[in-house]
Amino acid sequence: MTKLQNLLKGIIKENPVLVLVLGTCPTLAMTKSMSSALGMGLAAMAVLICSNAAISALRKVIPDKVRIPCFIVLIAGFVTIVQLLIQAFLPDLYVSLGTFLALIVVNCIILGRAEMFASKNGVVDSILDGAGMGLGFTLALLAMATIRGILGNGTWFDIKIPFLCDNPIGFFSQTAGGFVVFGTMIALVNYFTNGKAIKKTEFGCNGCPHASLCNKTECAGVEKKEGENA
Amino acid sequence: MLKLITVMMAAAVVNNCVLSQTYGICPFLGVSKKSDQALGMSVAVIFVMLMSTAVTWPIQTYVLDALNLGYMQTIVFILVIAALVQLVEIVLKKYIPALHASLGVYLPLITTNCAVLGVTVDNIKNGLGFGEAMFNALGCGLGFMLAMLMFAGVRSRIEDADPPKCFRGLPITLIAASIVALSFLGFAGLFS
Repeated sequence: MTKLQNLLKGIIKENPVLVLVLGTCPTLAMTKSMSSALGMGLAAMAVLICSNAAISALRKVIPDKVRIPCFIVLIAGFVTIVQLLIQAFLPDLYVSLGTFLALIVVNCIILGRAEMFASKNGVVDSILDGAGMGLGFTLALLAMATIRGILGNGTWFDIKIPFLCDNPIGFFSQTAGGFVVFGTMIALVNYFTNGKAIKKTEFGCNGCPHASLCNKTECAGVEKKEGENA
Repeated sequence: MLKLITVMMAAAVVNNCVLSQTYGICPFLGVSKKSDQALGMSVAVIFVMLMSTAVTWPIQTYVLDALNLGYMQTIVFILVIAALVQLVEIVLKKYIPALHASLGVYLPLITTNCAVLGVTVDNIKNGLGFGEAMFNALGCGLGFMLAMLMFAGVRSRIEDADPPKCFRGLPITLIAASIVALSFLGFAGLFS
């Protein structure tokens, strides 16, 4: 895989939110407004790039048996750095991100990329992979925040949308609206890629938090059912 | 006592940790296919949530705050939760093998469950006392269980449905989750 492919695959083909469906909690919580979506996306991207670089550089030093705890400590360290920087320089964003800033530690995208990519590839490739995945995450958040912000709040960043800002559809800024927008966007991606996007099983079960429970059958089962009907 | 129960009920239904605060969506979507799995996962989450609140609250109050190390919160909490989950697993395996057999598979998943870390961090952020924090954790756990069990019931119906091809699988599950979340809006304003 070339360097450019490493960077670009995260944006559409292996988009962490819309195709791999990782990191759903911040996706639903942080897409009520454009500014918090942008802040969340960039914060996660910064952590992803740093942790990918560090884990890839240390991949021969970290013993295989305790790699997950080591990864978590490294990630938690970078999250703390980002937390302190945002608190110092962007206090408004710090308030609007709230607890979800600390929850970047348990974001499946970051641990998943550490496990799937950074622990097997060189530093430069890992940084590009982190940047691409982070970009894909940010773009997906921004796309969702655009829909939810305009319909639910009548605003896009600070621009007021005529008519909608006086009559916002409150449903879309609720969690329930987030589920609907998220589901519809995944369906749209399914529709346009026509099943050509990477399957979760191809991506590998090692990055999935539920691998131990489903014994690698769950996603495979879903895909098979879809294939039968095609 | 009444106040503690109010805290618990508010955490369970009004600010339901899954459907209103969006903590723990991964297990909510991943483990809700069968109601027995959903029940097992929820019991394990309640257990770990209570244990980790009981441990992290004193650590924050008597160690981190006392030594002015508040900024170490994220690192310390995630390590405590990870260690605690390991410990619980080892203890259950040794002394209560029957419980380990039914909860064992769910325990490793809980380390990366944002509900547990989220609740412990929120307890500190909202300045709750120890008793309130414990009841808040219990309420969140019960709320998680309620959401999981309700959704497991809804999902068994989705299996029989025939949505358009691109909606099959996850998208239609998310739409169903939205309807379940909508029903929880009915509790808004209660116990405030």
